[in-house]
This record gives sequence, structure tokens and C-alpha cells, in this order.
Amino acid sequence: MAEQKVKELKPMGRHGRNLGPKPKIENPGKLFMRIMKYVSKNYLVHMILVVICIFTVVLASVQGTRFTQTLIDDYILPLMVTDNPDFSELASAIGRVAVFYGIGAAASYLQTRLMVYVSQGTLKRLRNDMFTHMEELPIKYFDTNSHGDIMSLYTNDIDTLRQMISQSIPQLINSAVTVVSVFASMVAISLPLTGITIIMVVLMMIASGKIVGKSGQYFMEQQKNIGAVNGYIEEMMEGQKVVKVFCHEDESIREFNELNDKLFESADRANKFVNVMGPVNNQLGHLSYVVCAIAGGLMISSGTGLTVGGLVSFLTFNKSFNMPINQISQQFNAIVMALAGGERIFRLLDEKPEADDGYVTLVNAEIRDGKITETEKHTGKWAWKHHHSADDTTEYIELKGDVVFDDVDFGYNPEKIVLHNVDLFATPGQKIAFVGSTGAGKTTITNLINRFYDIQDGKIRYDGININKIKKDDLRRSLGIVLQDTHLFTGTVKENIRYGKLDATDKEVEAAAKLANADGFIRRLPDGYDTMLTGDGANLSQGQRQLLAIARAAIADPPVLILDEATSSIDTRTERIVQDGMDKLMKGRTTFVIAHRLSTVKNSDCIIVLEQGRIIERGTHDQLIDAKGKYYSLYTGNFAEN
Amino acid sequence: MITMIKTLAAHIKQFKTASLLTPLCMVLEVVTEMIIPLLMASIIDDGISKGDMGHIWKTGGLMIACAAFGLLTGVLGGVFGARASTGFARNLRKAMFENIQTFSFSNIDKFSTAGLVTRLTTDVTNIQNAYQMILRMCFRAPFSLIIAMIMAFAINAELAKIYLIAVFILGIFLMLIVSNAGKSFSEVFKKYDDLNSSIQENVSAIRVVKAYVREDHEKEKFTAASGNIYKMFVKAENIVALNNPLMQITVYTCILLISWLGAKLIISSGGSELTTGELTSLLSYCMNILMNLMMLSMIFVMTTMSAASGRRIAEVLEEKSDITNPDDPDTDIPDGSIEFKNVNFSYRSGDGEPVLKNINLSIKSGETVGIIGSTGSSKSSLVNLISRLYDVNEGSVMVGGKDVRSYDIETLRNNVAVVLQKNVLFSGTILDNLRWGNKEASEEECIRACRLACADEFIERMPEKYNTHIEQGGSNVSGGQKQRLCIARALMKKPKVLILDDSTSAVDTATDAKIRKAFAEEIPGTTKLIIAQRISSVQNSDRIIVLDDGTVSGFGTHEELLETNEIYRDVYESQTGGSGDFDENKD
Repeated sequence: MAEQKVKELKPMGRHGRNLGPKPKIENPGKLFMRIMKYVSKNYLVHMILVVICIFTVVLASVQGTRFTQTLIDDYILPLMVTDNPDFSELASAIGRVAVFYGIGAAASYLQTRLMVYVSQGTLKRLRNDMFTHMEELPIKYFDTNSHGDIMSLYTNDIDTLRQMISQSIPQLINSAVTVVSVFASMVAISLPLTGITIIMVVLMMIASGKIVGKSGQYFMEQQKNIGAVNGYIEEMMEGQKVVKVFCHEDESIREFNELNDKLFESADRANKFVNVMGPVNNQLGHLSYVVCAIAGGLMISSGTGLTVGGLVSFLTFNKSFNMPINQISQQFNAIVMALAGGERIFRLLDEKPEADDGYVTLVNAEIRDGKITETEKHTGKWAWKHHHSADDTTEYIELKGDVVFDDVDFGYNPEKIVLHNVDLFATPGQKIAFVGSTGAGKTTITNLINRFYDIQDGKIRYDGININKIKKDDLRRSLGIVLQDTHLFTGTVKENIRYGKLDATDKEVEAAAKLANADGFIRRLPDGYDTMLTGDGANLSQGQRQLLAIARAAIADPPVLILDEATSSIDTRTERIVQDGMDKLMKGRTTFVIAHRLSTVKNSDCIIVLEQGRIIERGTHDQLIDAKGKYYSLYTGNFAEN
Repeated sequence: MITMIKTLAAHIKQFKTASLLTPLCMVLEVVTEMIIPLLMASIIDDGISKGDMGHIWKTGGLMIACAAFGLLTGVLGGVFGARASTGFARNLRKAMFENIQTFSFSNIDKFSTAGLVTRLTTDVTNIQNAYQMILRMCFRAPFSLIIAMIMAFAINAELAKIYLIAVFILGIFLMLIVSNAGKSFSEVFKKYDDLNSSIQENVSAIRVVKAYVREDHEKEKFTAASGNIYKMFVKAENIVALNNPLMQITVYTCILLISWLGAKLIISSGGSELTTGELTSLLSYCMNILMNLMMLSMIFVMTTMSAASGRRIAEVLEEKSDITNPDDPDTDIPDGSIEFKNVNFSYRSGDGEPVLKNINLSIKSGETVGIIGSTGSSKSSLVNLISRLYDVNEGSVMVGGKDVRSYDIETLRNNVAVVLQKNVLFSGTILDNLRWGNKEASEEECIRACRLACADEFIERMPEKYNTHIEQGGSNVSGGQKQRLCIARALMKKPKVLILDDSTSAVDTATDAKIRKAFAEEIPGTTKLIIAQRISSVQNSDRIIVLDDGTVSGFGTHEELLETNEIYRDVYESQTGGSGDFDENKD
């Protein structure tokens, strides 16, 4: 199909054989802000509440850290020296802390609940925005991006964003709040000791920075090797039967082992570095503790005003200062990945939708004595409503199916024109057949009539109107299309046929199926018209799927048809049924058909022979046979001898 | 489950040492982690409180030594863990790949291509991650929990009982959450897969969507499904949201209870049964015990999730090829004659529907035989038996007068060359691809094969000729070119029997005829079997087999069949009488 023809435009798929290193993100700060803005658009209140909750949670836990000290210093020690200890004050102190804790736990619950709504809600909105936007994109987008890459936006990239929104960001806020509050407490106790702690933290950051840097390099290498191994696996599994037929097993094992060993080495190295990061940071934290204890001890003995209780609290804080720093460095990788995913998603959302400047619309018409009036009713007659803004008049033109190409040039890529000076015309009810070799430009021509692609030069007129002026939706509604690759949707047979006309009654569906010769096999399906189709109609044969596609076009009842006949890989019996269905569908309609069958070609009003994007012959079957040109040699199949 | 673990574990092999050292290092790291808080307490209680600087130096030094030991064990644990898990993954991939290479066609059919790819890639990664976690955490977490528990009991058994109760209660709640959430999540993930496949459907059918102007219809459908998934996700995640507060409530309750009871105990006993330092230590074990419990529940979830991957991998590893070399293989194939004797065949032996019924055929060496019949008439099945891609259920297939099952498989397949219907080229140059047929072939031999297959004309037109790089799956050549290259590749074997399974369907009639002409002139001694849809491809064969629903409906020359065989006549007339094939695939 056309996908093949625009191959030159196709960028290397992300799932290509050689997975290169990920591209660097241009402006991570801006991107991050854009993601945050996207999240907070609907959930600003939630987000603010979440931040408040996090504060509460952190304060409650800091409170807890302090409580042990208070418990011992203010209650246990004094009470121990009292003869008749009164526990009521201790009880009320514990009660107070319990309230704090209760609030903390409640805030923590509220925070997680809120985040569920924020992250899932945002993901839902993102999915919907992506899908809605994608549906508006021009065909070119789908032809130039590999479908695997598009799908990966919805699966992998969305998932990295989910990770970031639901885990990394709350974790970051939590860590930041903890760091700040602990830092403040530390400063309050002792400035010099805080200095020592900060130095140790800097050391920790340098160490983990070094490790992250090194591991990043190995991760890149690992990614590359994973790409190579996966590529090889895919290729070999796809060709496994050929491997067997050629007794090529030993070679492929040898080649695979080489790649596999390489992957093992790099994966081993990359994982090692990640695993090492945790213990290194942990033990540096312990070192920081000891250094502070010794320095603090010295400070107390040299009388700098630091008290014993103060040092004890400080050491507790020192311990709880290292943890969030550790967590922040762990979240870093996830955020970088999410930014890369976010960038790709925004690239889709920023993609320009299909432009449509058309203003001529299609309306139901009533025709009396050659005079056309617009009506709400479905009359079976249609007219183009053409509003001339120059003199503010509205003209109605009957929809007939008159199509003219006037000196059309086209290329999927402006630099590479694939159709040259194409002139053709089809009067209503005529059948125009395109023949020519693969790559001659047959499919391309049909892509232009319904404006899947816009032409570079020349004009295409539909009932005398330049198709650029017709609203795209209305233009396409007036054109039926049956493609060679049949695509069906998950749903019942009935729903699939009804796709051509959403408000069709069951009777209409059956009538269309009968016209397409599909009624017979549908009735033999387990649930008849209500049989569920899944996986692009995988439970049907190729021929049956084609019959459904014909029925789908039949129910839409368009005045103009574009048909792409299937090549003869189906057996003759089915082929005849399909052919007969197609013939019935074509009756009375202007039809452009990419023909593969003799009968179709022979019965055409005009045969267009294409070669390398140019029309080289045109005429009826008899005329072209007499001309003894390309068509003649194609028909007789003996041009090899020419 | 146990056999699966056994199957997988057999492939740890040279990484056993690393696999054993990892948990050992992790356990040792836990020990240092347990000692360090004691040292910390000692620094406070005996050093700072008493102003004993010497003690601080001494204990501090000890603590640094411990930290260094912890660093060493932690790092080693990380290093061994990485080695063991990535090495295990390597061995699994290797074992699977090697086993797949022994698979027969029916083994391959059983697993789909996509299925095999997933097992070799995603599933192995899942197992690698799970294995690493098991090695590093599975011993560490319970060990750490138990040690902390013992320490707590050593300090004060009465108070430590609170932890035991807390572990019990929290454990039950975690189990409830995990099992409930697990159910909800597997439900929503299934729906999520459905949503993704509907996106996939839209992407590939975008021309249909746009042609019928159904963008809004699709958006509506999608939004509804997406909203439904949102609701399910929220429901499932709200269950998990209980995790954190539950944990906090347990920890806080423990702290408060221990504080209250501990304080009372200290005061009433005057510090004889519990000291303040001991109370502090007791409180610090609280987090330790409960965090490790949490970790255990996480490990549990992870391993159950990866169990499915493990099962899928084990399936591949346990699969045994159903076609094996005979004990005393014959490596001499006298000629290219083929005989089918009372052959019955079905893809699933036993209950499978028979696809070939009582086939008796005799083909002379050097004969050209066409095979025709509608889809599903078992044309491919028939020829696949000749090179033992499948084995018959009953009867026998003979090549050169001997049963194919008596030959060495490699000898047989090199002498019976099949050009498969669904054929693939591999990434590499054209020459690389051709040499699949014969590793030592000279360039001249390759060129000769291409000339026979009429592939030379387009190869010569390519800028790099025979060194042109073919993309994966042959995506940079057209269908017809690909088919001709595949024929050339098969010819490289210089086989005694050549089978073309619908291999010229994308080649135009003229070239098709030219290829057949070349075969007749250049390799007259080779038996040629040609399956085709087009009558023109077979009508000049010496004889033609007409297959219908797994039985031979006719076997004779074109003229004979036209007279005697209704199916053949029908096909002939339909193809020549006006609704035939207007060939366009000239490339």
C-alpha cells in the first residue's frame, strides 16, 4: 500500500535493529514545567492539598523523632527520682503525640488517595487527548511513523509519565520537605556540625554522581546490546522455518551466542553500578554520623555551648538527613526517563492536525424540474452547497460523481515527484481501471481523490468544484473506498457493516450484506450477524473479510467508489463470489479501480496504463489491444520477449 | 510450580557461586546494619552522656570499621547479584534459543513467532529482575526481621511481644491488600490491553476511519473505554493506598505502646528491668521489623507476577522436538524420485482433523509436477512431508526409494530444497543470503543460481549488485524480487528435488514462464514440484496433481485433467474465461 511508497520518508523506528543511544532532551526544565502544567490544569486543588498533606506527614514523623528524647528527658528521668510517680502527665503527653500521629496517618492516607485521582485522572486525560488528536492527524503521519512507535507512546511512554506523576514527584516533595525541616532543626542546634553534615552530603552526591555517570555509559551500552539481541531474536524467530529448511541451526546459535554474551557483559556492568550505589551512600551516611559524633564530642569538651542533649538530637537528625538525599538520587533516573517519554508524547500532541479550508458542504437535496433545494430529509439525492462569499450567493450543484484530474503533479515528498502531469476524467457512472506495475502510482492516484494527500500542482475537480474547496469530511462521505488490505474493527459483524452508516437499520445491514454476497457466510457464523470479531477479524478468511468490507461500502451508498482489488491469492470459488459482490457494488457508480483481474479491466469504460508515475496509455480494452503497446504485452503476458 | 523452578534453576550453572555469595553478603551486611545502631547508642550513652571522649574515638573507629565492612559486603552483594542475575538471564536465553533451533515445524507452530520472541525477551528480563531481587532481598529481609526481633526479645521479652502481635496483624492486612489488589489489577490490565489493541486497530485502519469520516465515532468509543479504565484503576489503586497509612498506624501504635509501657516499667523498676538506652534501642527496631515485613510482601507480589514469565520460559525449555535423526542415518540419496504410500496426516496427531487422507503418489526422478487446489486443500502439507518438515501419521513418504525417516535430516533437507510459501530473507548482503544454501559457494555459483531464478536482471540494476544489503525481512526488495531471491537461495543447494510452494505468486507471468523454462533446460535431472494458484504456472508441467480437501482428485497431464477432472476444468475456465488474473506485478 501507500506505506511502502513513502518508505523514503520513514525515519528509523525506535524498535529498529540497532537501538542507538537515546537522544538528549533539549530543554528538560521547560519540559518538566509543561508536564506539571498539564497535570495541574485539572488538579491544581488536589496538588495543593497533596503538598499540604506531605507537610503534615513529614511534621508528624519529625515530631515522632523528637518524642523519644522528650519522653526520656522530660518524663522518665524526672519521674524516676520522684517517690510517688504520677503518670497522668506522661499519659497526656502520649495522648498528644497520638493525636499528632493520627493526623499524620490520616494525611498520608489522604495524600495517596488524592494522588490516585491526580495520576489516573491525568493519564486518562492524556490518553484521550492523544487519541483525539491522533484521529485528526493527516494520513501522512501514519505513513511516516512506524506503527510500533506510535503504539509505544500509548504504552511505554505513558507508563514512564505515570511513574513520575504518581511516585517520583510526591517522593521528591516529601524528600525536599524532610530535608528542609531537618536542615532547619540541625542549624538550630549547631552550625559547625551542620557544615560537617553538608560536606558529607556533598561527598555523597559526588560519589553517586560519579556512579550514575559511569553506569549511564554502561546502561547505554546495555540498551544497544539489548536492541541487537532483540533484533536478532525477532529476525530468527520470524525465519525459524527457513533456518530449519537450510539446516542453518548451528550458525544461528553461534551468532546468537556472540550477541548474547556481549549483552551479558554490559548488563552485568550496568547492574553492578546500580547495585553499588545504595551501600556506598549508606555507609557514607554512617561515616557522616561518626564524624559528627566525634566533632560534637570535642565541641562539648571544649565548651562551645553545645549540650549533650543537643548533640544527641543532632545525631538523630543527621541520620534522617541522609535518607531523603538517597531517595532523591534514586528518583532521578525515573524522572529523566519520564521526560524523554513526555517529550515524545508532546511531539504527538504538537503535530499539526489535518488542515481543512473547505467550505463547500454536502447536503440532502430535493430536485424538482432541475431546481435543487436543500432539505433535512434523507432523499437519496445529494447536492454540493457552494457559498460564494464574493456576492453572498449560495449555489447548489447536484452530486453526480464527475471527477477530473487536470495536469496533476504529486510527490509524497515535495522533492520527489511520483506522479507527473496526470490528466483524466470520469463521467458519472463510468468505471476507470488503473493498471501498471507495482510502484507505477496507482494507489497514489486514489489517495489524492479523497485528499489523504494534497497535490503539488494541477487541479482535481469533483462535479466541477475544486476539491480543495470541499469540506474534507463531506468529500470523503461522498466517496466509498474498499482497500486491498481489509481492516475490520473489534465488534460484531453487524457493527462492522454499520460502520458505513451508523444509523442503518438491521434491514439495511442485511440488504447491504446480500448485495455484497456476504449474507450467506454470515448466517453460517455461530451467532450470525451478532458474531464478535476480534483481532482485525482474525477468525474470518481473507475472502470473508473482503466481503464484509464490500458490504460496509455498500451500506454507505456513495456515488463514487475507489476500489483496490485483491491479488489472486484466494481460491477461485471465493474469488468468484468476491468478484461478483464487487461488480454489484460498482453498478451505477463512478468507480476508480486498481485492477488486478482481467474481467474488471475488460469491462471498464476506460483503462489507464501507468508507468513510473505517468499515464502512458489510455482507452478501452479493444482500443488498447489494437494499439499493441504496453497494455497489449501485459494482457498477453509475452512482453519478456519484446 | 516446583518443576518449573527446577527447570529454570538447572540453567544457573556457572553462576551458582555468585548466586550463593549474593545472599551471604546481603546477610552479612544486615549484621553490620544491626551492630551499627548498637554502636551509635553506645556513643551516645557511654560516650557523649558521660563526656568520655576516648570512648567516642574508640567506638567511632569501630563504627567506621563496621561501615567499611558493610560497604564491602554491600558492594560485593551488589556485584555478585548483578552477575548472578544477568548471567542467569544469559543462560536462559542461550538454552531457549538452542532448544528452539532443534524444534520441528510442529513445535514452532505450537508457539507463535510473537510468543517465542516475548519469551526470549520480555519474559527473560522479568525473570532476571525477579531473580536479582530474590537473591538480594529474599534472605536479607526475613533475616533482618528475625535478628531485630531477637534483639528486641533480648532486651525485654514482655515488651517485644507487642512487635510479634504487630507483625501478625500487619501481615494479615498486607495479605488482604495484596490479594484484593492483585485481583483488581489483573482485571484492569486485561481491559487496558483491550484499550491498547483498539488503539492499534485505529492506527492500522486509519484509512478506513478517515474514508468513512468516523473520527468522532472512534473518539467517542475510545473516551468511553478510557473512562471505564480510569474508574477501575482508581478502584484498584485505592486498595493499595491503604498500605502506607496502615503501616504508619502500626508503627505509631507500637511506638506509643512501647513508650508508655516502657516508661512505666523503667520508673516502677527504677531502671533495673529496662534502661532508657534500652528503650531507645527497642524503639529503633520498630521501623526495622515492620519495614522488612513490607519488603517481604513486595517480594511476594513481584515473584507471583514473574511466575507467569517463568512458566512460559519453562515451556520452551521443556519442549522436545518431535522429529529427530534416526539412530543409523542414511546419507545417500540415490535419486529424486518421490513416492507417497497410503499417507495419512494431521497436524495434531491423535485428535487432530486429518488434512491428508490416504495419499498414494509416485513421481519419477527429474519429473516436473504441478500441484493445484483451492486454499485449505493441503497443498503445502503434502510437500512439507517430503523433506520431513512434518512426519506422517500413517503410511510412508519415500525419496529415492527409501523412507524419508531413514535419512540423515541434514542430508535429506539439502537434497530436497523447499522454497516456503511464507519465506524470509535475512539482513545481510544478497551474497550472504544466497550462501545460506551453500556456505562455500563461489560468487560465480551464486550468479548462476540467480540467473536460473531470473533474479540476475534486477540485481544487476542495483547499485551494489550482489553486495546490496538486504534489510531485515527483505523489506527493501519487492515481493516478486524476494520470491526470486528465495528460489535462487534454494537452488544453491543443487538439490535432487526442488519444491516451490506458491513461490512465484508475486512474479509476473512472463518471468514466471522464463523461470520454468530455465529449470527445464538447466536442471533437467532435478525433480520439480510446483504449487501454484495460476493455472498458467502448472499447465506445462509433465503431470499435475489436483488436490481437493486433503485427497488427490486427479493426477495427470493438462489435457487429461481437462477431460477427466471437473475441479481442474472449473479452475481453468474461471482463469482463462474472463475473470482471470490480470497480471500487474511486473517489477
